[in-house]
Amino acid sequence: MKRFAALFTQIDQTTKTLPKVAALKTYFEDVPEDDRLWCIALFSGRRPKRTLTTPYLRGWAAEKAGIPLWLFEEAYPVVGDLAETIALVLPPPTQESDHSLSHWIGVIKSLPSLEEAERKEVVLAAWDELDPTGRFLFNKLLTGGFRVGVSQKLMTRALAQATGQDEPVITHKLMGSWTPETATWQSLIDEDDPAADLSRPYPFYLAYQLDEEPEDLGVPADWQAEWKWDGIRGQLIVRGGEHHLWSRGEELMTDRFPELAQARDFLPEGTVIDGEVLAWADGAPLPFAQLQKRIGRKSVPKKLLAEAPVVLHSYDLLEFAGEDIRDRPMAERRARLEALITDLPEGCPVQLSPTVPFASWADLAQTREGSRDNHAEGLMLKRKDSPYLSGRKKGDWWKWKVDPLVIDAVMIYAQAGHGRRANLFTDFTFAVWKGNDLVPFTKAYSGLTDAEFKEITAWVKKNTLQRFGPVRQVTPHHVFEIAFEGIQASSRHKSGVALRFPRMSRWRKDKPLAEANTFDDLTEMLETYS
Amino acid sequence: MVLSFTERGIYCAAGDFYIDPWRPVDRALITHGHADHARWGMKSYLSTDAAAPVIRMRLGDINLETIAYGEVRRIGDADVSFFPAGHVPGSAQIRVEVGGEVWVASGDYKVVDDGLSEAFEPVKCHAFITECTFGLPVFNWTPEPEVRALLNAWWQSNAALGRPSIIGAYSLGKAQRILAALDPATGPILTHSAVENTNVVLREQGYALPDTIRVMPDLKAKDHPGALIVAPPSALGSTWSRRFTGASTAFASGWMAMRGVRRRRAVDRGFVMSDHADWAGLNTAIAETGAERIFVTHGYTSVFRQWLESQGYDAAIVETEYDGDDAEDAA
Ligand SMILES: [Zn+2]
Ligand SMILES: [Zn+2]
Repeated sequence: MKRFAALFTQIDQTTKTLPKVAALKTYFEDVPEDDRLWCIALFSGRRPKRTLTTPYLRGWAAEKAGIPLWLFEEAYPVVGDLAETIALVLPPPTQESDHSLSHWIGVIKSLPSLEEAERKEVVLAAWDELDPTGRFLFNKLLTGGFRVGVSQKLMTRALAQATGQDEPVITHKLMGSWTPETATWQSLIDEDDPAADLSRPYPFYLAYQLDEEPEDLGVPADWQAEWKWDGIRGQLIVRGGEHHLWSRGEELMTDRFPELAQARDFLPEGTVIDGEVLAWADGAPLPFAQLQKRIGRKSVPKKLLAEAPVVLHSYDLLEFAGEDIRDRPMAERRARLEALITDLPEGCPVQLSPTVPFASWADLAQTREGSRDNHAEGLMLKRKDSPYLSGRKKGDWWKWKVDPLVIDAVMIYAQAGHGRRANLFTDFTFAVWKGNDLVPFTKAYSGLTDAEFKEITAWVKKNTLQRFGPVRQVTPHHVFEIAFEGIQASSRHKSGVALRFPRMSRWRKDKPLAEANTFDDLTEMLETYS
Repeated sequence: MVLSFTERGIYCAAGDFYIDPWRPVDRALITHGHADHARWGMKSYLSTDAAAPVIRMRLGDINLETIAYGEVRRIGDADVSFFPAGHVPGSAQIRVEVGGEVWVASGDYKVVDDGLSEAFEPVKCHAFITECTFGLPVFNWTPEPEVRALLNAWWQSNAALGRPSIIGAYSLGKAQRILAALDPATGPILTHSAVENTNVVLREQGYALPDTIRVMPDLKAKDHPGALIVAPPSALGSTWSRRFTGASTAFASGWMAMRGVRRRRAVDRGFVMSDHADWAGLNTAIAETGAERIFVTHGYTSVFRQWLESQGYDAAIVETEYDGDDAEDAA
């Protein structure tokens, strides 16, 4: 664990990319295979399952620290992280050991099979032989919340450097449903054929938001435009007579959307399609909330299946007849995709996402204004001669979203953030006027700069009216512009509306309290846009 | 009540004086030179001999009498004496005895010996007024020799790579504690003027500090390869520090024990080094006074009071306007 703790410290200590990659590279070169695999797994979100509930841990930690539980609970929000709070309150270790990362993960995985008393013994013994950073990491693994300041992309880069392989190749190899228990270094990294695993997806190509004018992109004829749908990105794989559906977050969603099983009957062997999963009825997408009901469930009741059926709006073809065609030009891939899907019978849930024809950029800008009428968030622009790259790359693909909806609202509650932001107020509740009352309608926690969060934190401390646990009611004073992507009626929210992706887009220090928007404004938006 | 708590500060009616007052009063007894304890505008001041030069440097031409550690002075009907608080050079706890009843005001203190400040001495009393800046069980300081080793290792590894090391530390106390901990064989030590001004005063008093070079406007970083620079926290990330291109940055404070604070500071290294008592330090210090009544001032007062009550003390919170040095970091 000392070696892994040292790696963690090196990564955690710096905000710079180069030293992080260098530290990871050295780690991959230094440690045995098991630890390498677990490191890759942890840094790509493949955490071991949580095997203990936290009340046990809190109790044991308080007991070991010789403090009452209430005192532990008081300290926890100050630190903002349970694993760290435990590591900090424990007395110094009395034993010394240096077991590997894999050893400790093995210990954690063994816990569910033990009796409660034995579990406690194992955990206390671990705490008593790990150094402070080791304890913190052990606790993080134990509570299933291991996250560090390094992206999968950086880890992949370091792994590419350590193994002398190309980064996109490594990215592809790390995709899919492997775990350190099912994979070996040989099968995962050394072997040359990433398609050996039939379910393995290709890395998704992600677009950047277009901030300049589209004219800067060049001749319109070089570009293809499509609607940008508000669904879930999905990669549909048909290989070996089976089908698999992957989310962008590399989650296997096959069972959640049984409709797509029909793909096996309609699509030829060795087909991989990139598209958008949408809840769909009567020739149009249903609100995202309908789709959300489907995302949350591993198995789908019949009623829901009828109420919110899904389709895959296909926009790219990555594999055709078992051949990886990602380096062919977009135009060619599109032509093959169209040929493939045009032949499918009506009612097949695999559909073509249409292109949007346009003659000039001005023309397209006008079309884009009508995005919301088309249930789209805006447009996607793709260069016709572009290959299908992996990850977020600038240049060939752009999302050209319509401007967000905005409303000016009053901040009325504030709550401290977590982890890095535990000492700042970052989570706020906003309200609009209804007569002389302020009615809360949304929360938002992002969009401000660190300096602004600091400033508002100082203000909140001085202007707290009441505390409800961690929540502070503050004097209504500050008006913020809240930007959001959509608005829907919601019975779960008191205000009757739910916003999609709300965030603070501007601190309207120029705006007096009385000039914030009203509940009528909000209702009007609901009627216009939902 | 030997001491009472007023809106001007901690007051002794028997001697008609205040301890570390925050509003102008006639007679002020000062525990140490930090800005939240030694304020401008008092008609007369009393501090230890050791604290006086820095207080003069900071407050200018004031009417300041001094007293030796352990010396007893009669003021009105009160017997007053000062004992080392271990917080910064010259810092004191103030003991006040009236008719056999003894109260001690701690000012700020730490119980570990930092090698520079006069080491903390427990003082028996009936009532103890204590700070609790770090009054939560998550604050447990790294042992002094270990922090020193970490600090020097950080400097050495930067020096080996030819890059400067800048460390942020308060100009009275923390800065000198760091200076005293450094291995001068590693390279040159540079100081920001705010730090060096204090160094000059302390050196003259006889505190042992290594040789340092004051950073003047025309100083070139490349003339001092492998240097370590000690500067106030506010100078980190300012134009002042920009001349040390490629520097590794660090910060030394008790708050560095928390990963969230460390990351928010956005420095390369955080050294857990505080001039306040940690959880264990507060608890031992309080136990050693033998006091039954405890008044808690700045810090995690409500939690700490509740904890003391659960340990059988008669504890109360006192609102004060001490908020300086380490405390300001928490915001
Ligand atoms: Zn102080
Ligand atoms: Zn203080």
